[in-house]
Amino acid sequence: MTALIETVEQAKGNPEFLNALTALLFQMADDDFILAYRGSEWLGLAPHIEEDVAFSSMSQDTMGHAVLFYELLEDLGVGRADDLAQLRDPQDFRNALLVERPNGTGHYVENPRYDWAYAVVRWYFYGLFKQARLEALSNSSFKPLVLVSQKMMKEQRYHVMHWQVWIAQLANSNEEARTRITNAVDRVWEDLGSLFAYGSHGAEFVKQGLIESEDALKQRFEEKAKKAFAMCNFDWKGLPQAPAQTGRDGQHTQDLIDAVNTLSEVYRLDPSAAW
Amino acid sequence: MTQALTADIFWELLQEVKDPEIPVISMIEMGMIGKVEVEGGVVTVDVLPTFVGCPAIEIMKKNIVEKLSTVEGVQDVQVNFVFEPAWSSDRITEEGREKLATFGIAPPPKVEVGDLMDVLCPFCNSANIQMDNLFGPAACRSILYCNDCKNPFEAIKPI
Repeated sequence: MTALIETVEQAKGNPEFLNALTALLFQMADDDFILAYRGSEWLGLAPHIEEDVAFSSMSQDTMGHAVLFYELLEDLGVGRADDLAQLRDPQDFRNALLVERPNGTGHYVENPRYDWAYAVVRWYFYGLFKQARLEALSNSSFKPLVLVSQKMMKEQRYHVMHWQVWIAQLANSNEEARTRITNAVDRVWEDLGSLFAYGSHGAEFVKQGLIESEDALKQRFEEKAKKAFAMCNFDWKGLPQAPAQTGRDGQHTQDLIDAVNTLSEVYRLDPSAAW
Repeated sequence: MTQALTADIFWELLQEVKDPEIPVISMIEMGMIGKVEVEGGVVTVDVLPTFVGCPAIEIMKKNIVEKLSTVEGVQDVQVNFVFEPAWSSDRITEEGREKLATFGIAPPPKVEVGDLMDVLCPFCNSANIQMDNLFGPAACRSILYCNDCKNPFEAIKPI
């Protein structure tokens, strides 16, 4: 157990700690940022107007969480928060594969044939994972992370409550709804292992006391996910193995490259513009 | 004669800085001002965000800086967003709760996260209400419906 690092300045004075902390912050920031971007692509396309309001609000809150992590990176001297979000190359992103998957076929401006079941299932299980990860930060050796995780945890509960209404109703509805949710769960499960992988920095995260181990994180998630499966009347699938390739080390799909190019297009035109 | 700069002066001024999305209520009444410190001509204000992802945060910062900079002798206004203590809906003052209701927003129930239904319709005080949408136009609010006066209304989430 490492001693508690109370401030950004203290962290900056400890290169090994700073390295590990920076890597972890990028993983958390990029997960939230890219999923929030996927959420923003749904704007105007959700099944009904109230869902559109709710989904946008949650995407915005999730993006706000990403901003907070990027700002911590800025405070640590890594770079300007806006630049970190919008000027990095796609291979420098450290998000999990699950969050970069597209919403469906087509594009949000043209023929969007997005999959609502996939949106519900992905956001719900990402929500449970995020709760587990925030819990795994509650004894972090970096005090600002402890404070931030406690705050986010309260907000995240509302996100999960929202998606739970959808998944429980659809999974227990008619055959078509149940089939669609079942298929979406299968697809999410193929990528699920990408969330738990800490990548090549994993050992350092734990050594520096920043976050609990991958195994402890998985266990926290498994408890929540098993309850969710029971609520949907699904048999528990078990947790998949971590994938061989991982976004935590910069391995991504063309979908992420396209997403980063789209989301940063305007910013890159003139990074010095005031907004 | 210039007056001595004390924190009290700025607390009084902050009463005039309203929540950008709910202009009847001040940031003090929302429980969002944690601390005000004055050192020389530098005023430091700790602000507690309601939701981390609230897009109004930057506007609040700007409004605070503008308002406090009007005081003679102030050289700089620093606004820090802090999470210790974390904002909680229990921090909203009694006046704040009343003002929210007059604006058509039910004040948050004083309960744990998750128990949302325990609010009264801000228009007719009925308890015969239902949750329509957990996430309203802002992350901190939900949309409910009053089964008696048939009005939709918003409520601040307990957090």
